[in-house]
Amino acid sequence: MQLIAFYILSTVVLLSAVFVISARNPVHSVLWLILSFFTAAGLLVLIGAEFLAMLLVVVYVGAVAVLFLFVVMMLDVDFVELKQGFLNYSVIGGIIAVLMCAEIIFVASAVGAGDISNFDPSPGADTNAAALSNVLYTDNLLLFQMAGVVLLIAMIGAIVLTLRHRTHIKRQKVEDQTARHRGDAVSMVNVQPGQGIDTSDSERGATS
Amino acid sequence: MNILHDITIAAPESLLLAMGLLGVLVGAVLKNGFNSFSRLFGALALSAAAMLAAFQIGSDPAYAFNELYRITPFLAFTKTVAFGVAAVALLMSGGYLGREQMDRFEYSLLILFGSGGMGIMLSSSSLMTLYMGVEMLSLSSYVLAAFNRESRRSAEAGLKYFVLGALASGLLLYGASLVYGYTGSTQFSEIAAAESSIGLIFGMVLMLIGLGFKASAAPFHIWTPDVYEGAPTPVAAYFSTAPKIAAVVVFANIAFTVFGAFEESWRIIVGIMAALSMLVGAFGGLGQNNIKRLLAYSSIGNVGFAFMAIASGELYGASPTLTYMTIYVLTTLGIFGVVLAMRRREGMVEDISDLNGLSQRKPGLAIALTALVFSVAGIPPLAGFLGKFLVFEAAIRAELYWLVGVGIIGSVVSLAYYLRIIWAVWAKDAAESFEATDGVVRLSVYGSAILAFPVLVIWITWLNNLAMNASPA
Repeated sequence: MQLIAFYILSTVVLLSAVFVISARNPVHSVLWLILSFFTAAGLLVLIGAEFLAMLLVVVYVGAVAVLFLFVVMMLDVDFVELKQGFLNYSVIGGIIAVLMCAEIIFVASAVGAGDISNFDPSPGADTNAAALSNVLYTDNLLLFQMAGVVLLIAMIGAIVLTLRHRTHIKRQKVEDQTARHRGDAVSMVNVQPGQGIDTSDSERGATS
Repeated sequence: MNILHDITIAAPESLLLAMGLLGVLVGAVLKNGFNSFSRLFGALALSAAAMLAAFQIGSDPAYAFNELYRITPFLAFTKTVAFGVAAVALLMSGGYLGREQMDRFEYSLLILFGSGGMGIMLSSSSLMTLYMGVEMLSLSSYVLAAFNRESRRSAEAGLKYFVLGALASGLLLYGASLVYGYTGSTQFSEIAAAESSIGLIFGMVLMLIGLGFKASAAPFHIWTPDVYEGAPTPVAAYFSTAPKIAAVVVFANIAFTVFGAFEESWRIIVGIMAALSMLVGAFGGLGQNNIKRLLAYSSIGNVGFAFMAIASGELYGASPTLTYMTIYVLTTLGIFGVVLAMRRREGMVEDISDLNGLSQRKPGLAIALTALVFSVAGIPPLAGFLGKFLVFEAAIRAELYWLVGVGIIGSVVSLAYYLRIIWAVWAKDAAESFEATDGVVRLSVYGSAILAFPVLVIWITWLNNLAMNASPA
């Protein structure tokens, strides 16, 4: 049963990956990409890594692919034109593809030579979420916190290098808006027929 | 593991990062009101961290955070110096930042976070901690180099530093992944015990190149003059002091403790880096007119001398490396103080010719500068000479005679440009006078000049003993 599921899922992954690069419409490419993410998540469930599978769906399908879709739809990129140089790179691309295939086969055969029947998807814990969090929040707590600080530095850096407080532009000031009284903005004027309004008075909100 | 126990062991960095985060909060609330106070805040945090590190000099080596973090007296001593000079560099920057419209509290926070990264990088006991520490320091340094948004040269400095720094980080990571692949562990203690293999040696060389870049050792020094020239002067003062000693000591620590078993393999590499740095530092500085570029070449040359001590091996080289770098950063801080004092009515000036006749206009500053420059050049009664003496002694003991020869050539040639500064100060006709110097800057210049003086042979002996005791266990 598992074997059948594995073959079905891997066929779908491979086929949808091929469609990602062969689809003419970039939006279709992204949709094929989402399908391949989903099926890859299914493969992860098959080996018992259910947490990673959920993470793949949440992060890649939920965030990254949607972002891709936005980018593809918002940017006016002529993909037909982009693909015109495709053949120029096919030789070097093919060589790299062959090399990568060879590397994957070497590694896979080296790993396959060992006994993989006692593969443990959640070492040292009941579930693999617990195993992962042990590594992340207990064993490598220092690194996790430091990664947070590094990201904070990147944020401070981006702000310090780019943010300019311009004085002449108008910003929304929520506190000023809510603290405003009716009398500050509206004035009741009793207009006599044929007299018109003296506009200089309306600033003060005075009723004459 | 007990988190409180770990935090006490990593107290200096914990304090720095906590204060940095607090600073972010305070800055978000007070906004521009925090700008000038943030420097005092940062300097206080850095001095407190330096004191905490000083307390650790006497204690035994200890691990923390699941053996990701390690403290030894050698490292605690380095941290004390690095945090201390970072505090002074931060205080010195006040007047400059205010006048150049760069007075923003993020400056202090970046130095706080960068110093925290420096400490963790020094105390790393695993490849991952090392990399994270290096990145923390580098990332804040890139931003600091580009801190003057109005200046194209500052932006250029930041970009150059960032691109080349990213390349060096890549080399460091690639080396680390090879080392991990061939030893099966990221722990330094296990790598040190691993059997030698060609992949491990290859990874080691790549890691040393990555770290050599951070320490600006030739032939990986190309960014240094441009970054020093383009970055705001107080930032260059910070770059050439605290991160410099941290980077050199990290290099030494990795070479000594992690790859101690392959000393014969890396000695020749470090030796060649040392020789090239000394030559580049000496000959590159000859044609410079900008004092910041000149100081950049001087720092490359001085890193070369420190590397000569490292190439002498752990037995002879550990304590001279530390003593040499300590004396160098304390002296350089004073010289950069003088550069910060080079201010005319129309703005900062940076040419050596602007120092002409300083002795007639500001005799105090001139005497201090002379002492400091002679100390860096290694003229006998001054502190810098003792540093150089210890380094040469280490190299002779390790029988690296060719390196000693290159070192002597480097010293003599670099003397030419050091003397040019002295000549401008004392023998040339007076140029237009400088504006009044900030109090903190003047104090740092005089303080650093006093430390360069021979009365303080006692200080040097004390320092050397401390460095000797602090050598890696």
